[in-house]
Amino acid sequence: MSDRPGIGRGPRTGRAGRGPGGAGRRGPRVAGRLAWPVAVAAGIALAVLVLPLAALVVRAPWSDLPELLARESVLQALVLSFTTASVATACCLVLGVPLAALLARAADWPTFPRRALRAAVTVPLVLPPVVGGIALLMLLGRRGPIGQLLEEWFGMTVPFTTGAVVIAQVFVSLPFLTFAVEGALRSADRRTELAAATLGASRWQVFRHVTLPLVAPGVAAGAVLCFTRALGEFGATITFAGSLPGVTRTLPIASYLAMQSDPDEAIALALLLLAVSVIVLLGLRDRWMPEVRA
Amino acid sequence: MTGRRIGRMPRAAAAVGALAALVLAGCASSGANGGTASPAPSDATDDAEATTLTVFAAASLTEAFDELAERFEAEHPSVDVALSYGGSAALAQQVVEGAPVDVFASAAEPPMQTVVDAGLAGDPVVFATNTLELVVPAGNPAGVTGLDDLADADLRIALCDASVPCGAASVKLLEQEGVVAAPDTLESDVKAVLTKVSLGEVDAALVYRTDVIAAGDEVEGIEVPGAASVVNRYPIAALAEAGDADTAADFVVFVTGDAGRAVLAEAGFGKP
Repeated sequence: MSDRPGIGRGPRTGRAGRGPGGAGRRGPRVAGRLAWPVAVAAGIALAVLVLPLAALVVRAPWSDLPELLARESVLQALVLSFTTASVATACCLVLGVPLAALLARAADWPTFPRRALRAAVTVPLVLPPVVGGIALLMLLGRRGPIGQLLEEWFGMTVPFTTGAVVIAQVFVSLPFLTFAVEGALRSADRRTELAAATLGASRWQVFRHVTLPLVAPGVAAGAVLCFTRALGEFGATITFAGSLPGVTRTLPIASYLAMQSDPDEAIALALLLLAVSVIVLLGLRDRWMPEVRA
Repeated sequence: MTGRRIGRMPRAAAAVGALAALVLAGCASSGANGGTASPAPSDATDDAEATTLTVFAAASLTEAFDELAERFEAEHPSVDVALSYGGSAALAQQVVEGAPVDVFASAAEPPMQTVVDAGLAGDPVVFATNTLELVVPAGNPAGVTGLDDLADADLRIALCDASVPCGAASVKLLEQEGVVAAPDTLESDVKAVLTKVSLGEVDAALVYRTDVIAAGDEVEGIEVPGAASVVNRYPIAALAEAGDADTAADFVVFVTGDAGRAVLAEAGFGKP
């Protein structure tokens, strides 16, 4: 969305600017103006990203929108989506912050385990979500190794439940939170932590009272990214959790199904999702831009 | 993203640039073809004579149309049939939105009507019929015996969503038999339902009898007494904006003719 902060940064200075103090060491060599081929390509790139969404806005059935969005099927999906995405975000916070701490610590590890860990965290980010859904089904489905045990011991099946929606959302959005927090952890000034430790604070106290407040903006940014990603989750959800109104049919799935019978409703739902994402990202920009370079 | 990767950035950037060029080239050659599931007709092949016939067909036609396409290609060596399967309603929607399709075969008449209403299909011909069957995983682990079991909240049940033909037929059948189903998921096409059954994730589902046949040993079909009176009629039509109208018409004739009849009958489809 806002790529402006990237303009002044050459590829070499971009990553180098992460030392204590934050600013790039070399300073911007090419300030302001871009060579015309670069500007043209960037313009096309921006059009590729923005035009489809603009078309959505243009085609939206604006006059019918209140009626469409007030439909029970829509409200049901809306409530389900917001609830599951919130729970998923909470889970991601609980799990992702420690994972980010591990990831930040892994910088000192030998090459292989460090890369393996990073790859493990990154894979869900680049994996087609449907693949994630299939994988979750293979693990937690009735015939999966864990799913089978859950059914034998507790008589519970995971797929087709609201819990499965949350699990799918956590799977796809956890990396967003993890990387946002990791970035914040790495750019945080370690000397404060050292000072606290020198003054006798335990590791947990340092983490709780020094590190966490330092990275709080990064955590908040990560949580919001995580929430919007969870809200948009489709592939893993429909594959793993199914699609039942009120239980597993989230906004994206409702939108997909509506596209088959009532395109106006589908467009209205799509617009709603787009609006939420844009509002969230716009509201967040100032805080997350310096931290997250995802 | 560690500092160690700095040295690789220019190479990565070059790769991204090359990729972008490819993508742009792709955009240019496929013109206004929207984001559809159909393979774009390749216009840069060495065989300039080849015609690609793009066929959108209901998911339930998968096996039959794979076979039909192969036979059609054997009879017409210069034609390459590209098939895209999916929920009929979704396919119809894509056709209306301008997907470059030559022939559309739907699992029910309403999606075809959508296309006809948009002025995109001439005279649809009903070429096959299908009925529903109860399907359970191999071995029937939950001991399902009949349609009434679909009302059992303790069983895992999958049905098609009412917005797609198999779902509409399911609703009709359940209403007719007075069963209030307790589904755990309403899928967007019949093959998605079938998959949940063959994976053993659900105990029972309603699919077309042709799907039960196609799935082979992984599932078992249970005939439902009232199913014969809920019949899905499958229409096919060459589309008005077909790239090669003659080949499209030929394909429709082929599907509705003797060869098509034989393949469809073998797959379990009823006569029109």
